Amino acid sequence: MLHFLLRRCGQALVTILGVATLVFFVQRLTGDPTYLLVPETATKADIDALRHALGFDRPLIVQYLDFLSDLARFDLGQSVVQRVPVATIIASRLPYTLQLAAGALVVAAGLGIPAGVLLAMFRDRWIAKVCAGFVLAAQSMPTFWSGILLIMVFAVHLGWLPPSSTGGFSNLVMPSIALGLLSMATFARITRTALLDELSKDYVRTARSRGVRTMRLLFRHIARNASIPVITVSALEISNLLAGAVIVETVFAWPGLGQVTVQSILARDFLIVQGVVLLGSFVTVMLSLTADILYSIVDPRIRLDAAQ
Amino acid sequence: MTAVPATTPAARRWPLRKLLRWWPVALIAVFVVAAIFAPLIAPYDPNSQNLLGRLKPPGTTSRAFHYLLGSDELGRDLFSRIIFGARASLMVAFASVLLSGTFGVAAGMIAGYKRGVAELIIMRIVDVFLSIPAILLAIITVAVLGPSLVNVIVVLALTRWPRYARVAYGQTLAIANMPYVRLSALMGASVFRVLGIHVLPNIIGAISVVATLEFGLMVLFEAGLSFLGLGVQPPTASWGAMLSVGRNYIANAWWVGVFPGLSLFLLVLSVNLTGDKVRDQIDPRAQ
Repeated sequence: MLHFLLRRCGQALVTILGVATLVFFVQRLTGDPTYLLVPETATKADIDALRHALGFDRPLIVQYLDFLSDLARFDLGQSVVQRVPVATIIASRLPYTLQLAAGALVVAAGLGIPAGVLLAMFRDRWIAKVCAGFVLAAQSMPTFWSGILLIMVFAVHLGWLPPSSTGGFSNLVMPSIALGLLSMATFARITRTALLDELSKDYVRTARSRGVRTMRLLFRHIARNASIPVITVSALEISNLLAGAVIVETVFAWPGLGQVTVQSILARDFLIVQGVVLLGSFVTVMLSLTADILYSIVDPRIRLDAAQ
Repeated sequence: MTAVPATTPAARRWPLRKLLRWWPVALIAVFVVAAIFAPLIAPYDPNSQNLLGRLKPPGTTSRAFHYLLGSDELGRDLFSRIIFGARASLMVAFASVLLSGTFGVAAGMIAGYKRGVAELIIMRIVDVFLSIPAILLAIITVAVLGPSLVNVIVVLALTRWPRYARVAYGQTLAIANMPYVRLSALMGASVFRVLGIHVLPNIIGAISVVATLEFGLMVLFEAGLSFLGLGVQPPTASWGAMLSVGRNYIANAWWVGVFPGLSLFLLVLSVNLTGDKVRDQIDPRAQ
C-alpha cells in the first residue's frame, strides 16, 4: 500500500510540475510576456520599465526556475493592475465559485443518479426512452444558453428568482441548474453502466430467485457495489464544474473565480489568469489522486494492477 | 441477439423507420449546406445594418428588411446572421477536430507501438494536458495569442489532441502484439507502414467515436469562447457572440438570445445523437 501511495503521489507531483511548465511556456508563445500586461497606450519606456521590474529581461531559464521556486512557496505574484497579491484576490473569489460548484453538484447528482437508475431498471421501456432523451438534451445545452433561458422564464416573466448577482439562496438556484445540467449526463451514464454491470451478476440472480423484492435488492445489495464508480466520477466531475463556472459566472454576474478570470483577461492582468489556471489544474490533479487512493482502499485489486 | 427473418411484418416497415431514425444526420447536413451556401441562402447581408429597425420581433418588416426571426441591436437580420454563424461553428469544429485528431492519433500510436522512452514522454505530456481544465487552457492560450478565428482553431487543436492520443494509445497497445502485426515488422516493414496499414484501420472505429463527440464539444467551445469575447471577432457572425448580445436584451428582445442558442443546441444535439449511433454501429455491446 505504501509503495502504491508513494508512486501515485510522485506521479501527481510530476504532473503538477508539467502543468506549471506548460503554463509558463504558453505565456511566452508570442515571445515577450510584457506585452500581455501593458495597456495599448503604453510608451516604450513604460514597457521597458515593467519588463525590468518583472524580470522578463533575464534569461529564460532563470525566469523559469524563479517561477517554479515562487510556486513552491505558493507565491502567485502580484496583480499588476490592482497591486494586490494574486493569492489574496483568488482567496476572496474562491468561496463563491465553491458555492456554485456545490450547488451544481447537488443538481447534477440529484437528477443524474435517479435518471441513471431509471435508465438501468426500465431498459427499453418508454420511461427510459423519455429519460434518455432528457439526459441527452441536457448534455447538448450550452450553459450560457440554458442560463439565458432560465433568466428569461424565472426572472423576467415569472419573477420568482433574482436574475443575477449574489445575495441569498435564491440567487444560487439558477446558476446551479445551468451548470449542473451539463454534468447530469455524466452521472446518469455512469450510474446506468454501474447498475447494469451489477444486475448481470450471479448474486443478483440468486437474490431474485429467493424472492427479494426489487427495491430491497436495489438499495440493500446493488447500491453499495455500484456506488464505487459513481463516487470516483463525481470526484473528477468537480473539476469540470469548476472550469464550467467560468462561463456560467459570466452569464449570471456571479463574482467567483470565473468572472475574475474573464475580467482579468480584458484588463490585461495576466498573473490572475495564470493563478486561476494553476489552481484549477492543481485541484484536478489532487481530486484524481484522492479518487485513485480511495478507490484502491475500497478495491485492493487496483493496487495490485498498478504494482505490476 | 437473434436474426429476424426478412419476411416478418416488422421487417417490412423497417426501411422508413430506419430512415426516420437518421434525422440527426439529416439535420447536420442541413447545417453544413447552410454554412457552405450561406451567401445564396441568407436573405440579407449578415452585416448590413438598419438602425431604424433595431430589435424588431420576428415577422416584422422595416424598410427593405423582412425579419423572419427578428433583428438584433443594430437592425441586422437575425436569420441571415444565424446562417452565416453556422460557418464559424462548423469551420472551427471541422478544422480543430482534424488537426487535433491527426496529431493525437499519431502521437498515441507511436507511444503504443514503440513503447519505452517514447511511451513515457508522450503519455506523461498527455497526462499534463488532461489535468488542465480544457476551457481554462483554451482561455489562457487565446488570451496570449489574441482572439481570431484561426487562433481559436489552433488553440482547440492544442488543447484537445491528448483525448485522441489516449484512445489511440490504448487501442494500439491491444493490436501491436497481434501475430500479423509482429510478423509484418519482422519482415522489415517500416514503422509508418505497420502503423498505417495494420494498426490505423483497426483503431479508426474507436477514434471516429471520439471524434464525433469531440466535434459537438468543439462547437460548444467555439461558442463559449466567442460568448466570452475571446473567439470570432465582431462583426463576423458567431452564435456564441450573438448570445452574449442576447444576454443584454433578455427583458425586451427574447429572440436575440433564443434563436442562436436554439441553432447551437440543435447542432450539438444532432452531433451527439450521431456519435451514439456511430458507437452502436461499431460496438453493439455498448447499446
